[in-house]
Amino acid sequence: MIHFVILNNRQGKVRLTKWYSTYSQKERSKVIRELTGIILSRGPKLCNFVEWRGLKVVYKRYAGLYFSMCIDQDDNELETLDIIHHYVEMLDRYFLNVCELDLIYNFHKAYYILDELLLAGELQESSRRTIARLVAAQDSLVETAREQASLLGDLVKQAM
Amino acid sequence: MNPFSSGTRLRDMIRAIRACKTAAEERGVVRKECAAIRAAINENDNDYRHRNLAKLMFIHMLGYPTHFGQMECLKLIASSEFPEKRIGYLGLMLLLDERQEVLMLVTNSLKQDLNHSNQYIVGLALCALGNICSAEMARDLAPEVERLLQFRDPNTRKKAALCAIRIIRKVPDLAENFINPAAALLKEKHHGVLITGVQLCTDLCKASVDALEYFRKKCTEGLVKTLKDVANSPYAPEYDIAGITDPFLHIRLLKLLRVLGQGDADASDLMNDILAQVATKTESNKNAGNAILYECVETIMSIEDNGGLRVLAINILGRFLSNRDNNIRYVALNMLMKAITVDAQAVQRHRATILECVKDSDASIRKRALELVYLLINESNVKPLTKELIDYLEVSDQEFKGDLTAKICSLIAKFSPEKIWYIDQMLKVLSEAGNFVKDEVWHALIVVISNASDLHGYTVRALYRALQTSVEQESLVRVAVWCIGEYGDMLIKNVGMLDIEDPITVTESDAVDIIELAIKRHTSDLTTKAMSLIALLKLSSRFPPCSERIQDIIVQNRGNLVLELQQRSIEFNSIIQKHQNIRSALVERMPVLDEATFIGRRAGSMPPTVSTSSGASLNLPNGVAKPSAAPLVDLLDLSLDDAPAPSSSGGDFLQDLLGVDLSPASNQSGTNQASKAGTDVLLDLLSIETPPVQSSLSPPDVLSSIQDNKSPVASLEELALPSSLSGQATTPVGASPMMDLLDGFVSNPPKPENNGSVYPSVVAFESGALRITFDFSKPPGNPQTTSIQATFTNLSPNVYTDFIFQAAVPKFLQLHLDPASSNTLPATGNGSITQNLRVTNSQHGKKSLVMRIRIAYKINNKDVLEEGQISNFPRGL
Repeated sequence: MIHFVILNNRQGKVRLTKWYSTYSQKERSKVIRELTGIILSRGPKLCNFVEWRGLKVVYKRYAGLYFSMCIDQDDNELETLDIIHHYVEMLDRYFLNVCELDLIYNFHKAYYILDELLLAGELQESSRRTIARLVAAQDSLVETAREQASLLGDLVKQAM
Repeated sequence: MNPFSSGTRLRDMIRAIRACKTAAEERGVVRKECAAIRAAINENDNDYRHRNLAKLMFIHMLGYPTHFGQMECLKLIASSEFPEKRIGYLGLMLLLDERQEVLMLVTNSLKQDLNHSNQYIVGLALCALGNICSAEMARDLAPEVERLLQFRDPNTRKKAALCAIRIIRKVPDLAENFINPAAALLKEKHHGVLITGVQLCTDLCKASVDALEYFRKKCTEGLVKTLKDVANSPYAPEYDIAGITDPFLHIRLLKLLRVLGQGDADASDLMNDILAQVATKTESNKNAGNAILYECVETIMSIEDNGGLRVLAINILGRFLSNRDNNIRYVALNMLMKAITVDAQAVQRHRATILECVKDSDASIRKRALELVYLLINESNVKPLTKELIDYLEVSDQEFKGDLTAKICSLIAKFSPEKIWYIDQMLKVLSEAGNFVKDEVWHALIVVISNASDLHGYTVRALYRALQTSVEQESLVRVAVWCIGEYGDMLIKNVGMLDIEDPITVTESDAVDIIELAIKRHTSDLTTKAMSLIALLKLSSRFPPCSERIQDIIVQNRGNLVLELQQRSIEFNSIIQKHQNIRSALVERMPVLDEATFIGRRAGSMPPTVSTSSGASLNLPNGVAKPSAAPLVDLLDLSLDDAPAPSSSGGDFLQDLLGVDLSPASNQSGTNQASKAGTDVLLDLLSIETPPVQSSLSPPDVLSSIQDNKSPVASLEELALPSSLSGQATTPVGASPMMDLLDGFVSNPPKPENNGSVYPSVVAFESGALRITFDFSKPPGNPQTTSIQATFTNLSPNVYTDFIFQAAVPKFLQLHLDPASSNTLPATGNGSITQNLRVTNSQHGKKSLVMRIRIAYKINNKDVLEEGQISNFPRGL
């Protein structure tokens, strides 16, 4: 099971965190501090796995961003790397050449995509197309609601 | 409308925060935003609630407190619109965790949303439930999730399946309800549903034996077929990763098959073919393929034995191990750890490669490889492998040395074929990484050295050589100092030369030099310095020509700021100066330390201060030099914090002597025996210093056989008595200080004391110069209160002036001191001072009295201070 997902940049600034196991807020910030320290200090040629508190952290760097997932001791590390890649591809498809700024200004979108990919710390969907379709469908629901609201607003204005 | 809440948009806030140059500036912006959001919350502003929550999430991610926004999540979730719900649920998952009580309030909304007509809203609710539900919520909402497992929309079914996983992880009892719907999911074609369904089944198998049996019987075949289909499926762009169709599904199927096949030959048989196919046909040039192979190997290793498949699996691991990609090597090492229980021979074949991995630049790989090497070592290969590891120790990273050293030491101890090899290897480790060696390890080394009597000379010379180059390694210095102290004569006389040794010429003063160095080196810690002092004391007798020089060094330490060292040097100095006659007996070689006992002790629940001979030798002179037994207790207490305390070997010796079981008793009981057996025994016994033997256990013949005078022994025993042995305390109390005993002029006939009180008198305190006896009486009708008459007797030839007695008691006692009869104490027992004390014991009947005392007086206008603790009060006071 994936216990948590952390996304941080090279400066150690956190861009996304998702917790599937119970960690209090205090523990969360401690974990983040500890792990970003470990991961950022590892050289580029080293393996992508870090053993940490009886668990394993699988991380991968994409440009200036580090995607880390913490898994159980007997989970498949190589597969976790593929899950990370899967997520990155989804982000890339959604944002069209994703960059850090996209994740900053549209952090909620990054969460929505992650929520279609993982649930309860397990993989939910292997089809990129399905994920894209589901996110788009929900986005359009939001869009419609917003249009209706502005339409209503206009009507109210006209009536006044 | 509130002017604040309408303020900035999310995008503007993020931009403002990003524009901050300093952390203080950022805090300012966040504070302002938070204030605005709080204001909006207070006004119950509906229009911008979702925007405010989005802002809060961003602020939360920066690490600022956002608890005040938790209720906003609930309000948004309760709204009827999808956009509000979407952001509300996101906030819920981000800002709350399952332990917050607020979460309970959301159960109702979740229930409604799980029954919503809009499948996306159902999806949101499932997602939130799956990510943060607590055990209570799991119980409340399990029926909804169970129903949704059969929902028409596949995307809802897959979410419900993962939700079910969270539910059974929280409440395993609920597993049964999900068995049937989960089995149904395995027949699906939709990959998302299949993946989540397989995962759910895997978790159900872990939670319930019934589920495992059910799936094993009903689903194994179907799963094998599904795996076959997906493995043989033609190119499917939707699921393709690196030329493989849906590796995620592959892996989950393999994982479930592993669970089903484990411990069941029939189920294992069913999957053999497909496993062989996956193991041979999967492309291994991309990560996805390797991930599948890795999972497949693990499944092959776990299910019931099939020789052919295992060979295939081990070969795959061999290929992995020689891969250039660190990730692949890492998982290969990981897998070999599991394979070693299945086929140790096959793993041994890769030993050379694994050993190379120990030296990898990657800490993760090194750690894995070291664990593996540790498992690979046996009696037959321990020598070459240990050599490799020790060679590597020289060049390894500082942060890896701790792990590595611990493993090497453990290997040496576990597999050493002979003592000389053990000693050689340990010396190498100590010279390379002595600072990383744990105390137990070098303690054990000393025990081994002590037992290898034919190697004493060899060892001490080897240590001497090692010390020339590795003086920075603390534990090497300690072992060397101990050995030079014990076997110094063998060092200079080249006793017991082995053929393999080069002769060395060490003069007596060289040996003293090296110990002097250990004392003076500023990085040496207290234990090392204390051990060095003892070594010097021992050498002072072994090397008569250096005796004066040694005394000089000891004298230099008399002014040491560390009390322990100061005390030792003063004591040792007086031994050298005043007690020539007993010195050589005092510093005789330690008796051989019993290995079995030492190991047993270590295994047992010993306090962290593991006992060793060195500990014993540390404490030994204390016991001898200290003029009285009572302060000895304090001393020994003192020594506990630095020196390793009780000596097993000594304990053993005592055990032999007394022929009784070792049970807790006080060290002074040793003293009793000692006086009988002669000083060298005394020495050993004192070195025991603890494992308190009940003195009453000592066989009577020992006591009766004391030649010269029985009373001093009795009195000493008196002192030693723990309060529980008050029966013994009735024996006549007479005291001859131990110093006298050692010097051989025992005197002071016992003074029978019986004042007729209900409680026996005790000698509360006795030093070479002073004795205090307590007489007790109880005022009628007040059992809590005890009157004590303290009698002070001067045992020295000098008059004490300005005599002051002070006492302190723990909180449950109350103490009242009357004025003393005088403040001048005449010499040599020609009179005494009496003083009355009144103690009230609020815990009467539960706790016995205990008291700490301090006596100050002047001899020829020089201040003297004595301290002690009295715990030998009769019971029931």
